[in-house]
Amino acid sequence: MPREDVMKWLRQQFMPHIWCPGCGHGIIMHAMLRALTSLGKDPSKTVISSGIGCSSRMPGYIDSCTLHTAHGRSLAFATGVKLCNPELTVIDVMGDGDCSAIGGNHFIHACRRNIGVCAIVMNNNIYGMTGGQASPTTPIDAIATTAPYGAVDPPFDICRLAIGAGATFVARATIAQPQMCETLIKKGIQHDGFSVIEIMTHCHTQFGRKNKRSRPLDNFSYFKDRSVLKAKADGMTQDELSGKYVIGELHLDSGAEEYTKKYDKVIERAGR
Amino acid sequence: MAKRFSVKISKSWCKGCGLCIGICPKKVLELDGQVKCEPVRPEDCIGCRQCENVCPDFAITVKESE
Ligand SMILES: Cc1ncc(C[n+]2csc(CCOP(=O)(O)OP(=O)(O)O)c2C)c(N)n1
Ligand code: SF4
Ligand code: SF4
Ligand code: SF4
Ligand SMILES: [Mg+2]
Repeated sequence: MPREDVMKWLRQQFMPHIWCPGCGHGIIMHAMLRALTSLGKDPSKTVISSGIGCSSRMPGYIDSCTLHTAHGRSLAFATGVKLCNPELTVIDVMGDGDCSAIGGNHFIHACRRNIGVCAIVMNNNIYGMTGGQASPTTPIDAIATTAPYGAVDPPFDICRLAIGAGATFVARATIAQPQMCETLIKKGIQHDGFSVIEIMTHCHTQFGRKNKRSRPLDNFSYFKDRSVLKAKADGMTQDELSGKYVIGELHLDSGAEEYTKKYDKVIERAGR
Repeated sequence: MAKRFSVKISKSWCKGCGLCIGICPKKVLELDGQVKCEPVRPEDCIGCRQCENVCPDFAITVKESE
């Protein structure tokens, strides 16, 4: 992808961005902008919604229609936008805290509704912005400021949660596969229904420092070494998969009707 | 003849995180005295663009050169 095409999507006057050197959120934004570029999307017909968190700062740097909303509530805004303007491409970017803690309820209901929004979950297993508190995805025994002796609560698997709640396209990659991130985000955007792309990333500043992964590169290697492609994972036992990240397309239900199309029918019935 | 590539770094956007340096399969990149990325062995670049894609700061452009 020639960089000039991707650069068109950036509010260059605000660069360099606010994220720490090497923060995985930048790798995800870069992959998403390459995906939008290669799909030939029109920035004036593309909406990026976010909540609050380091991850949610992303739309501020993107030169399309952008919404920086309230913590955990970005999907409510994205749903409203899509419902009023089904022709728009709507992407929702969330942190793990944003998506699965304060916004958990919005998340599961967006999944079951199957509205044509692509949700990208930037999962760094921590509340990065507010100083490294444990999130619902912090692994057991990992250290956080609110879990100085190790986290006790079993973490959510965001993809399994999304599938269980009814999302019709669910995929995962890690920041160690920038090319796969781009491909899966592209597929998520093209999917006619609610898609969830979980990208495992790092907050080396707030999480890594306490968990022996203080450099960005330590985290890249960590994810690279623990990623297993879906096809291979299908032949592995639960034990063998412990501590691994299954990557690729995890779930596709292409038969389910998208929400705004169903809603059009309601409007038609009501107008008869 | 083998293809040649140019690796351009936007020094004002690079934050010296070292990701590109660590993952380049040909060890083309290093940090300079200002802790910014510098292509020190551009002639070894194979144009794989892994550095460009991993850069969280959009600071790298790899292009085929004439
Ligand atoms: C209603 C409300 N509660 C709490 C906060 C404080 N707060 C800001 S960001 C954040 C968590 C961010 O974590 P995550 O969503 O994982 O994003 P990250 O910073 O890790 O990318 C919290 C609790 C807030 N802004 N609003
Ligand atoms: S605090 Fe963590 S999540 Fe936030 S910008 Fe820094 S590295 Fe990224
Ligand atoms: S990955 Fe980007 S920001 Fe990090 S050192 Fe390389 S050029 Fe600089
Ligand atoms: S394109 Fe590939 S070989 Fe060339 S500098 Fe980047 S990572 Fe190294
Ligand atoms: Mg987080």
